[in-house]
Amino acid sequence: MVADDGLAWFFKLVILGTALLTCLVSIRSPEVFDAFRGEFFVLVVFAALGMVLMAGAANLLMLYLAMETASLSSYVLAGFLSGQSRSAEASFKYVIYGAVASGVMLFGLSLLFGIGGTLDLAELPAALAGASPLAVVLALLFVLAGLGYKLASVPFHMWSPDVYEGAPLPVTAFLSVASKAGAFALTLRFFDEAFGDRAIALATQWPLLLALISLLTMTIGNLAAIGQRNMKRLLAYSSIAHGGYLLMGVVALANPAVRAEAMAAVGFYFVAYLFMNLGAFYVVQHLAEPERLNSEMIADYAGLLRRSPFLAVALSIFLFSLIGIPPFAGFWAKLYLFEAFVRAGLEAEGIAGGRHLWLVVAALLNTAISLYYYLYVVKTMCFDSAVEDRPVRAHPAFVGLMLVLLIPTFVLGLLWSREELGVPVVQVEASASLSSSVSPTLGTPFRR
Amino acid sequence: MITLTHYLAVSSLLFVFGMFAVLTRRNAIAMLMGVELILNAANLNFVAFSKYVLGGVLGQVVGLFVIVLAAAEAAIALAIILDIYQELATINPDETTELKG
Repeated sequence: MVADDGLAWFFKLVILGTALLTCLVSIRSPEVFDAFRGEFFVLVVFAALGMVLMAGAANLLMLYLAMETASLSSYVLAGFLSGQSRSAEASFKYVIYGAVASGVMLFGLSLLFGIGGTLDLAELPAALAGASPLAVVLALLFVLAGLGYKLASVPFHMWSPDVYEGAPLPVTAFLSVASKAGAFALTLRFFDEAFGDRAIALATQWPLLLALISLLTMTIGNLAAIGQRNMKRLLAYSSIAHGGYLLMGVVALANPAVRAEAMAAVGFYFVAYLFMNLGAFYVVQHLAEPERLNSEMIADYAGLLRRSPFLAVALSIFLFSLIGIPPFAGFWAKLYLFEAFVRAGLEAEGIAGGRHLWLVVAALLNTAISLYYYLYVVKTMCFDSAVEDRPVRAHPAFVGLMLVLLIPTFVLGLLWSREELGVPVVQVEASASLSSSVSPTLGTPFRR
Repeated sequence: MITLTHYLAVSSLLFVFGMFAVLTRRNAIAMLMGVELILNAANLNFVAFSKYVLGGVLGQVVGLFVIVLAAAEAAIALAIILDIYQELATINPDETTELKG
């Protein structure tokens, strides 16, 4: 029912780390401070439980139950600010989209159960081998509706900006990292175990389908982020775009020779993403507190560099990392991911989805687009003149939290050789490699 | 003689009706009813496949889990709909447009 391998453990650590940080910042968040404090933490823990189970789900029923456990808690968390119409609307849209998507996905799972005759992901490839590809594709499309909703990928991404904007900030940060991590672990395992077989990949062409979804997700996410005035909304679209890049890692699974590498690349991306994205959200949250800027609007960040050098520099670093500028973790995360994808294509001989190298070009172009809106925020903070000159002071405890997030954003970049990343990534590779010898990584030729 | 095909035809119809309700109704409660139809279509599939293809009670067990989950989901969704009705006095998703862009 629940797998206990490197992939699961790695993503569990990411999810639990995010939950821990969420609880820490929520203690001081005025948004969740007043009433119902106990319920908030219980809901965070239950949502984390659902996401942890998602990371390990190796059975169609478990996959559905884990997704629902995570979703039901998240719906309530998004609407946690009682008496605020913004928050109520966020959870309203979340629950309507979520209920429909998970229902459609369950229908797909029931078809998959009928075609394959088993609920076990590991037994599905053998069962699907003799089935009609059309039926499998149909079932897969239904399942993708649910997965796509959880991954916030186009065309099921519509809920995400509204929910991210309306939900309390600690919840937004939590959903953007932990929920996505659980969903990606689940997607990786689903396609690896049930559809990793070469014959099935050729017959159903799922890598091509996912490559198209990836392209649309990153492009629409990045284009929509341009022109956003609200920082939370901008980060929501940026999060959609990052989901698009990450889907490339799932497409790379189509080539069995690099599947271990692809999984490790997605895993590392999430570690980097945890630090840089949570960091960006927490700076926004800190600035939105009444005694500081009391605003989430980018325009109000004008002149922040003079009013609070620490917060401005911290936010800039997180944004640079999100772009993928070299010294920071985000760059290496992207490099590993693109490398795994390119290798999947170069080493593929006739494997479906192996030759989608155009997707890498599209991802690089998208990175260039994303430069614009991230740097716009940095430019507003550093060069625009402030409306008022009152200094903005960061709380000492918050400075400590920022250091906890800033240091890995640097250090992960310095420890960029994958062998130096320590146990978890090695575990992913070791457990995920069934047959292929773990290929030498890109890190090796460029070692310090 | 009722065969698997009959069950699948009914479940597909249920799914289509559910999807139709979700896409056309502009009332959140009616949309939730559509979701219930979709879930029950899936349940019917699980049970029918289990009876005609596999034997055993695996599909029936899945059905039980889904029924419980559907109840939990309905409870939470209704609470949230009540909340939005108190805030905005509407439960039409098209009219809740404070978050946009």
